Amino acid sequence: MLTYLIFLPLLTAVILCFVPRNYAFLMRLASLAATGVTMLLALAVFLRFDSAPLGPSSAYKFEQQLNWIRSLGISYHVGVDGVNVGLVLMGAIVAFAATCCAWEIRNREKEFYILLLIMTGGILCAFASLDLFLFYFAHELALVPTFIMIGVWGRGVDKNLATFQITLYLSIGALVALAGLIALYLRAGAQSFDLVTLTQYAAVHPMAVRDQNFIFPLLLVGFGILISLWPFHTWAPLGYGSAPTPTAMLHAGVLKKFGLYGLIRIALPLLPHAAQAWAGTIAWLCLGNIVYCGFVAMRQRDLNWLIGYSSVAHMGFIFLGIASLNIIGVTGAVLVMIAHGFLAALTFGLAGYLQHTTGTSDMDKMGGLLRRLPFLGGALLLALFAGCGLPGFANFAGEVTVFFGAWKQFPLITVLAVWAALVIGAVYMLRAIRSLLHGPVPERCAQTVEDSWPLRKLPYVLLLVPLLVFGVYPRLLTDKIWPGAETVLASVHPSEQPSPMPAVTPKSTPIHRAEAKP
Amino acid sequence: MNYSLISLEIAVVILGLGLLLADLWIRPEQKTRLGYLAALGVGLILFWSFKFSGVPSASAFNGMFVLDPLALYFQRFFLLAAIIVLIMSVAFAGRIATGISEYYSLIIFALAGMMFAASANDLALLFVALELITVTFYVLTSFQRARLASLEAGVKYLIIGALSSAFLVYGIALVFGTTGQLNFNRIAAVASEFADNRVFLLGILFILVGLSFKLAAFPAHLWAPDVYQGSPVPTTAFLAVGSKAAGFVLLLRLLFTAVPAITERWNDLLIVVAMVTILYGNLCAIPQRNLKRIFGYSSIANAGYLLMGVAALSGAGRAAVLYYLGGYLFAVLAAFLVILLVMNEVEGEDISALAGLNQRSPLLAAALTCSMVSLAGIPPLAGFFGKFLLIKAALEQGAIDPLYYWLVGVAFLGVIISISYYFGVIRAIYWSKEPPVLSAIPVPLILRLALYVCLAGMFYLGLFPNTVVELANAAVKVLAVR
Repeated sequence: MLTYLIFLPLLTAVILCFVPRNYAFLMRLASLAATGVTMLLALAVFLRFDSAPLGPSSAYKFEQQLNWIRSLGISYHVGVDGVNVGLVLMGAIVAFAATCCAWEIRNREKEFYILLLIMTGGILCAFASLDLFLFYFAHELALVPTFIMIGVWGRGVDKNLATFQITLYLSIGALVALAGLIALYLRAGAQSFDLVTLTQYAAVHPMAVRDQNFIFPLLLVGFGILISLWPFHTWAPLGYGSAPTPTAMLHAGVLKKFGLYGLIRIALPLLPHAAQAWAGTIAWLCLGNIVYCGFVAMRQRDLNWLIGYSSVAHMGFIFLGIASLNIIGVTGAVLVMIAHGFLAALTFGLAGYLQHTTGTSDMDKMGGLLRRLPFLGGALLLALFAGCGLPGFANFAGEVTVFFGAWKQFPLITVLAVWAALVIGAVYMLRAIRSLLHGPVPERCAQTVEDSWPLRKLPYVLLLVPLLVFGVYPRLLTDKIWPGAETVLASVHPSEQPSPMPAVTPKSTPIHRAEAKP
Repeated sequence: MNYSLISLEIAVVILGLGLLLADLWIRPEQKTRLGYLAALGVGLILFWSFKFSGVPSASAFNGMFVLDPLALYFQRFFLLAAIIVLIMSVAFAGRIATGISEYYSLIIFALAGMMFAASANDLALLFVALELITVTFYVLTSFQRARLASLEAGVKYLIIGALSSAFLVYGIALVFGTTGQLNFNRIAAVASEFADNRVFLLGILFILVGLSFKLAAFPAHLWAPDVYQGSPVPTTAFLAVGSKAAGFVLLLRLLFTAVPAITERWNDLLIVVAMVTILYGNLCAIPQRNLKRIFGYSSIANAGYLLMGVAALSGAGRAAVLYYLGGYLFAVLAAFLVILLVMNEVEGEDISALAGLNQRSPLLAAALTCSMVSLAGIPPLAGFFGKFLLIKAALEQGAIDPLYYWLVGVAFLGVIISISYYFGVIRAIYWSKEPPVLSAIPVPLILRLALYVCLAGMFYLGLFPNTVVELANAAVKVLAVR
């Protein structure tokens, strides 16, 4: 099932290569159909997850393994557990929404849709893969279209600089991560890139602490660049500001989570000692994201840059959750990853729409849009509220879980992060609401009218619904994530099994259940 | 003695002679088409070479010549490259004033030299094969006699080639003088006695310097950019692919069959040479504007990556070299096919000639983009997996010698630098200021087929590397001395 989900977009891309370029409408229709079916498949996987039987590795469901490069121990191995089932769902929904938002592309549609489909397939493959090589391979498959899309269909005057910068920056990140992954393979000694084999092998033959301390920073820096961990975040705002809307939605929403997922899935279980040694550093670095980038976001007058910086700032919460190295923190981190995926896609989608209709992304030149665009303005209002962590949205549920998790290890950092989240986040989001949605309607926006075609509104609805559903009832996700997080952390706290924090209530009643309700 | 062992080489030589003879009876306007005949002949030989697949390793001429999986791998490599280069030459024929059939037969003779190099197990045959390649390339590089740049390229190639031949033959003389042996296996048997003999070591060092000319690696790399720029396009393509690979198979055999102990002692030297070559090639490529010159520098850089696999001193490293060369073949030949077709339409080889290519011919634009992406080492194309194998092989040795970590670091740096200039080419194709003329570029059917073969090769090697990796692993087993 996962294989269909991954290869449907890729195969559609291959077929589209052979369709003449005059049939732009057909391209759009085929892409919508492919991503739509993918989304339904992902939904089916998500809904059937609890009842599905465990695969051969007895840790993952919907598993499939095929030999790929036998001499190196590389296989095509996909499967989901609680940690990535939500991410796959999120990726598929965002991909469909991004395809819906691609109507603004008016030249070279053929290439655009092909690249978009390749990116979608790559992203889903990366999140479903259980093989280090496939994991990296799929990520690169999704990453390279990003560069081309920014270069060819990008917006703004700085698009060439943005293309150049993001290409070099992310390539460096990917290569450093690759070095880390290869070193991990060599030092683990299992002669396999397979994650299940590696985990089982590492449980019996733990890697030398010296090797772990050597590999973990490689992965941290490599993935950190990809995630825009402070101080490696500078590519993000310019890149997102220049990217075409669907690309920004997919990259900021989904692809960026790859690095975080890599840290959770690979670095924590396989390098437990180094993870503990580095947790403090990560926690302090994440303050750079939350506080520093929050302050920078406050100063932005351009909507795209504001969202870009706020998206960088949100990464900090996820890092804090990972650094806490306990089940609550990691569960919260995954929850924020999913929530932020929807949120980032939603805000970038709306910002792209506004830029398209008003012709500017300068917030000073916009205003009163809530009157002109009641539906989209309302959606933007909700999105920005979700961005400041208002209860009722999935972001709140995730962030508060992260704070609960991190409190024990890093009380000071948690306090600072809470302040930053509540105050700084609220300041820039509310200011954006004020200058965009309220106030007098400037000349250029006077003629703006809302699109009456319902398909234009569909992507925003699709992205808002899960934000609210998971916000009101986060157990839908946490009940799945929890056991997954437990397995991930099993090697980090081997002595404290099953639960690292004795004070925590049993796993059937996650403590954030009550708080999550608005 | 079993003459069937050298039947492939004999067939190639006969084909070359046949072309020269056929030239006497064929009407001038038909001579261009002779290239297709030559390509067909080489194709048949390639097909025939599969008859030898399961045959156990055997040697002939008193151990001078060996036919083993390694030799077969490279022979097929050279035959495939020659087919595409011959097809390119037919398309290039309009630019060569006279003697196009000599041009074809010279390519075939260079091919014969490369085939012998693949099987050379003896310093004498090594020298003969190399000279056969080099001398034919002296002519091939300067074949456009009316073009000053081509003559300049020929002269530069001649001077540096002669110098490195001198090094090579001096080295061979020193080795023969000390050990009294020319055969690799017999040198290996006595090498331990001479491990501290400075004259012997100097001889090996000289041979390596001579070989580095073929590889376009430091210290004899300076010719590459000028010669690549000045030569006719098919020559450049064959030089970039065939000549380099011939150098590598000889290097592998010499280092790992004849003097494995010394190779192990000299691994730091190999690492440093690889690092310098990678950095030199990549750094110098950044400011270049001439397409063929970019390939000249990129060829140096790629020699550096390949040397990484040699320096890793492991079976994995040597297999990675073979695999990487396979990916390199398709990427470089695809790129030169595109350059050839574009140059037929536009005067000048500047990178700006590519402007608007995606509208003039989407196929050419896509092919050149794929080639650049593959050379830059980005999945899912062949170059990525090749670099992956090379880097993995070097990292594997890091536990033994920390210098390998530096090598990997330099290789990563090189990859990142190379992305900037490879993407410069892609940028020129897709989003540079469009020229006033946007006429479609016609792509003849046979060239289109060749392009499809190259594209298929890049994707196949990148997506399904298993077969070729196993082939390469089997091929380098004959070198497994450790």
